[in-house]
Amino acid sequence: MNDRSTAGPSPHGPTAGLGLKAQHYEQALACPAAGLWFEVHPENYMVDGGPRLAWLEAVRRDKPLSLHGVGLSLAADQPPDPDHLGRLKALADRYEPFVMSEHLAWSARGDVYHPDLLPFPRTRRLLDQVCDNVSAAQDALGRRLLIENPSLYLDLRGHEMSEPEFLSAMVARTGCGLLLDINNVFVSASNLKQSAVAYLDALPADAIGEIHLAGHAPDDRWGEDLLIDTHGAPVSAAVWSLYERTMARIGPRPTLIERDENLPDFDVLMAERGIADAILRQIPEARRA
Amino acid sequence: MDAFEAALGGDPVALDPWLATGERPQAGLWVYRNTTAKARADALAALYPTVERLVGRDWFRDAALIFGGDQPPESPVMDAFGAGFPDWLERFPPAGGFSYLAPAARLDAAWSEAHRAIDAPVVVAADVTGQPPARLFGATARLHPSARLFWFDWTVPSIWLANRPDAEPGQTVIWDEKPEGLIILRPRMEVTSRRLTRAEWAFLDACRCGQSLGQAASAAFRVDPATVLPTLFAGLLGAGVFTAIDMEPSQ
Repeated sequence: MNDRSTAGPSPHGPTAGLGLKAQHYEQALACPAAGLWFEVHPENYMVDGGPRLAWLEAVRRDKPLSLHGVGLSLAADQPPDPDHLGRLKALADRYEPFVMSEHLAWSARGDVYHPDLLPFPRTRRLLDQVCDNVSAAQDALGRRLLIENPSLYLDLRGHEMSEPEFLSAMVARTGCGLLLDINNVFVSASNLKQSAVAYLDALPADAIGEIHLAGHAPDDRWGEDLLIDTHGAPVSAAVWSLYERTMARIGPRPTLIERDENLPDFDVLMAERGIADAILRQIPEARRA
Repeated sequence: MDAFEAALGGDPVALDPWLATGERPQAGLWVYRNTTAKARADALAALYPTVERLVGRDWFRDAALIFGGDQPPESPVMDAFGAGFPDWLERFPPAGGFSYLAPAARLDAAWSEAHRAIDAPVVVAADVTGQPPARLFGATARLHPSARLFWFDWTVPSIWLANRPDAEPGQTVIWDEKPEGLIILRPRMEVTSRRLTRAEWAFLDACRCGQSLGQAASAAFRVDPATVLPTLFAGLLGAGVFTAIDMEPSQ
């Protein structure tokens, strides 16, 4: 199993990247920014041929690539779909991503796929199942996975451990890494009335291989009482501040600006990516070991 | 998870044992329900943009919600979701008065299939120049793997072409009982569509069934005795319709 996922995408250390959108292919291809990398959902590239694969191949020739899956359903009470793992492996072998990630959530059960990242009770029994699923996926892919913390909207009963405890146990048992989505931490903490800082401090820092930053929005009816992880707005000031604090504590990590809704111009996203890049560069050399 | 699936499906009490009481927890469940519904509707709208334009955004979203409940996605590859949408639309009572909707959906589906079809070579005119006609007549021409052929008794292709996302706005199209043909394909990196005459359609349909070019020519003459074969063949070659021409081994 290779361990490239904790290394930065550029020889100059961890840098900031962007989610690659079809609308921005040409600008992405032409962009000369140093250290720029791109992330895509592999599910959008599981096709036989055509322009999507051709574009991805062209982008990959110049820039490092991250594959961020949404479909393995690792927190389901069933093993990951071997056909889907096969399709993922084929893409990984073709495009050689510097990192691959998935979510701590479920979306598939039986023959039904819910296009969402659904919550679950963090029980010891489910921890066993999730660890089996993560190990099975890593074995099939021949690569280490980073697992992303979810945005939570419901205070489910029946949890036997906190999310950081669950993630730490999963890291220890499977050797996987973590993709820390700081916006998700903020949204969940706000919705469940918990402390984002306490959550961040409880994570195993060494396992964190990538950071996600995105925007959120208050619910139409419930306002600030219910925040939604929309990926439809710029990163909020509160999330930037948690990001700076986290980078100062654990050292720099490859950082992605995610934007899926209300897509602005490529230049606007590049400017936002520039903020993350500047924060990463400010971290003293001593922390860049 | 059984309880969560039931709750997503609309059962209001299924998740009660897992939730704190009060209105706000139920609001959280709505976030998941909305996200699922939106993801399905977005995926369906990306696959059927012409249908969405024909019926309007709100009608389409409502239909997508009902369709998503009837035929939920089976795979995280959302391109596969919605394959049954044209057939479903045909039986969907509110679409009953709009008989062009289901056929337009079939053309949208063909466009998406062509977009993601396997890449394959294209036969160009220079590849067949100089071949003796008798030899060509015995050959079989294989259609490009992205190609989808259509023949309608009504003006579905005109309606569809005028309502594609990239169509010029303001075109007047008449829904009429007038036969029209269309081929949708992606010879290289761009999906194209081209109207077909009845002779072209008959010719390509014969090729699709594995008949020789000679048999395909006969099929074209049968539907239109005025067919000029070299012009027809050159037109189809120019459109990039064929991926290979298999010559019969020389005797």
